[in-house]
Amino acid sequence: MQTIGDLLTAHPFFEGVDERLVRELERCSRNVHYRLGEYLFHEGESADRLLVIRRGRVALDVHVPGRGEVVVSTVDAGEVVGWSWFVPPYTWFFDARAVTEVSAVSVDATCLRDRCDADPVLGYTLMQRIAQVMYRRLQAARLRMLDVYEADHGG
Amino acid sequence: MVADVTAGPETGTGATPAGDPLLPRPFRVVAVRRDTHDTVTMELAAVDGGDLPFAPGQFTMLQAFGVGEVPISISGDPARPGALTHTVRDVGGVTRALCAVTPGDVLGVRGPFGRGWGVADGTGGDVVVVAGGIGLAPLRPAVVAVLADRDTFGRVSLLYGARSPSEVLFGGELERWAAGHGVDVEVTVDQADPTWGGRVGVVTELVPGARFDPQRTLALVCGPEVMMRYVADALTTRGIPPHRVRLSVERNMRCGVGLCGHCQLREHLVCVDGPVFALDRVRRQLAVREL
Amino acid sequence: MAQTGSVTFDVEGLQDLLDVLGRRGFTVLGPTVRDRAVVPGRVRSIADLPAGWGDVQEPGSYRLRRRGDDALFGYAADAISWKAALFPAQELVWSGARTEDGFVAAAGHSPSTLGDPPYAVVGIRSCDLHALAVHDRVLMERGVPDAQYAERRRDAFLVTVVCSDPSGTCFCVSMQTGPRADSGYDLALTELLDGDHRFLARAGSERGEEVLAELATRRSTAGDESAAEGVVDRTIAHMGREMDTTGIRDLLYANAEHPRWDDVASRCLSCGNCTMVCPTCFCTSVDEHTSLSGGETEHWRIWDSCFSTDFSYLHGGSIRTSPRSRYRQWMTHKLASWFDQFGTSGCVGCGRCLTACPVGIDITEEVAAIRATPLPWPVVASAGEG
Repeated sequence: MQTIGDLLTAHPFFEGVDERLVRELERCSRNVHYRLGEYLFHEGESADRLLVIRRGRVALDVHVPGRGEVVVSTVDAGEVVGWSWFVPPYTWFFDARAVTEVSAVSVDATCLRDRCDADPVLGYTLMQRIAQVMYRRLQAARLRMLDVYEADHGG
Repeated sequence: MVADVTAGPETGTGATPAGDPLLPRPFRVVAVRRDTHDTVTMELAAVDGGDLPFAPGQFTMLQAFGVGEVPISISGDPARPGALTHTVRDVGGVTRALCAVTPGDVLGVRGPFGRGWGVADGTGGDVVVVAGGIGLAPLRPAVVAVLADRDTFGRVSLLYGARSPSEVLFGGELERWAAGHGVDVEVTVDQADPTWGGRVGVVTELVPGARFDPQRTLALVCGPEVMMRYVADALTTRGIPPHRVRLSVERNMRCGVGLCGHCQLREHLVCVDGPVFALDRVRRQLAVREL
Repeated sequence: MAQTGSVTFDVEGLQDLLDVLGRRGFTVLGPTVRDRAVVPGRVRSIADLPAGWGDVQEPGSYRLRRRGDDALFGYAADAISWKAALFPAQELVWSGARTEDGFVAAAGHSPSTLGDPPYAVVGIRSCDLHALAVHDRVLMERGVPDAQYAERRRDAFLVTVVCSDPSGTCFCVSMQTGPRADSGYDLALTELLDGDHRFLARAGSERGEEVLAELATRRSTAGDESAAEGVVDRTIAHMGREMDTTGIRDLLYANAEHPRWDDVASRCLSCGNCTMVCPTCFCTSVDEHTSLSGGETEHWRIWDSCFSTDFSYLHGGSIRTSPRSRYRQWMTHKLASWFDQFGTSGCVGCGRCLTACPVGIDITEEVAAIRATPLPWPVVASAGEG
């Protein structure tokens, strides 16, 4: 029977991180499941957790009046959802919706921030991980902004 | 059977055109299918009943009589040279006329021209096909050729990025390839509404997770040049040697036969030295702005 | 270096040469004065040649000057090259008409204003002879030949005349294309004005030998030979410009981002004059002439220039939008990429681009400027990259 610690240490997001540090997060974490179509969180709500996706796909979308829901990004198994929990004012920026059945480990944000304050090595390691993922996501987002498949750029 | 491809040093030299390469040959439109709001796929047959053998990656100069001609990659099955297939996107005067054809119309064809993908160079190893937007069209013959000889290749992956779900090309065929031919198909779109259950993101994001052995992989990439640059980086970052990554470069072509000088990318004449190039031959040139 | 087997004939002999060529069925072309410039034209008698005319050429400037003698070839380079004669600015490639079955298209033929081939060109300079060889390579000796160029070029009889009066823009010596041709001609003449007005002539082919045999000639004396050598030596000593071509291909490839390109771009008007007068430029575009009913169409090939804004147009925009990038394209192609594409330089040192440039841009100066302060060699990412 796998413990939550086992699930976290096996997750790609924590690959290469000292197992001892990862298991420190066990007390902050719990297993969660979402049904197809269920919202994980909504824009504006209190950003109170980091979601480590184990199975399934999550869509980040935003409601645009006149256009309905627009999906800005999808996150798959092996990745994580949620940054707003460590940037004040700690509120969610987008909606997150389960595109399939989703299994994840939910890490409580307050607990996580306290752990990082108490153990700077854990804090620094986590920030490195987060920075790398955000870096790649930002690059990808900027490439999408180019709208390269659009035929007419008015040139 | 991998059709009629003699592999050149890096990319496949293709079939040579029959007849005068400067005179258009009449081809009748047999069928037209609307793929997206601005893209159609048409099947053509030579009025004289002949074939047009080609290698995957080659193109023809497709003429709308009285309007003009443009280079269009062949998107058909190389094992069926009697059915010339083109996927055309409406981006200007000539392509608008081409997208408006109906069965029975006659178009002019010159070609085939250019160096193709050289699919045979991938036998015995994995193949990664990365397509962006209409870039899937010139890659389709390569995939078809690989699948016709599936056992001689290892893992075959198709990574495809489109603007939105409604602009995904050949959707049914992608499913058949995934289901029945052992192709790992991953599709992502730039933007979507909630009815789309697939990935939303840019195609470069699919490269890190794709399953292939970089030491024995042939990568074929086609799409907007920006996309190809970043995809090429992602592929070489994963360890594929640059000479095993092939791009289909697009430049302004007026003659298709290396005489008019328009399609130059520094020392390369894209219509005769390409349009398919190994990455190590064009990487520096593509990195210079406005070269 | 004295040549053996040369003969000498006088001015009347030159007229005889024109007559012999005419009788042999050639349309004879040569330099003529038109619109205050020396330009290629139809030549039937020596009276059609620019007797007594010389030229003064500097960057951005061309004018004729009256010589103090009757030299028939006393100018440097024709204001426009022989390119227009063999590779006209407009050429009908094919014409077609709609039919019940679709359409029919047939290869076209557009006659030249200079008359029908075969042509005999009398008075072509060594630089232009080299340019012709370059065009032969580009237009005839690769995958798909330009059939109409080939037809005009076929059987052309070439009479080259050694340059005696180089201009301020000439640099054929640097490009190793002159002032005297050593091959690629049927007859080579040197015009001598010391004492009797005469021509020293050498044959460069069997046809040249046959034609010479029909003229009244005498064997050249030692004096003739040394006078001819003197012409060559004086011309070499009076080159208007020079260009150091050492490693020029790698130099220009490596300096694609050199600040000099910004400098020349601030002067270049992108007018394209250089490409029009350059004897090796060959870029063309396509013009579709369709009847109002849409039933007939003509597919014309027309000269184009890499300086035009839509030269590199792809849907969405042009690749080379800035004048900087277009000047860089032209000069790099001409002096560097040409080697990779065709095995020679694209430049023959005729200097016409300097003369024709309204702001007097001098490519010899541009090359020297880049060579003086080259960018540091880029770090090579990995072996085997082009």
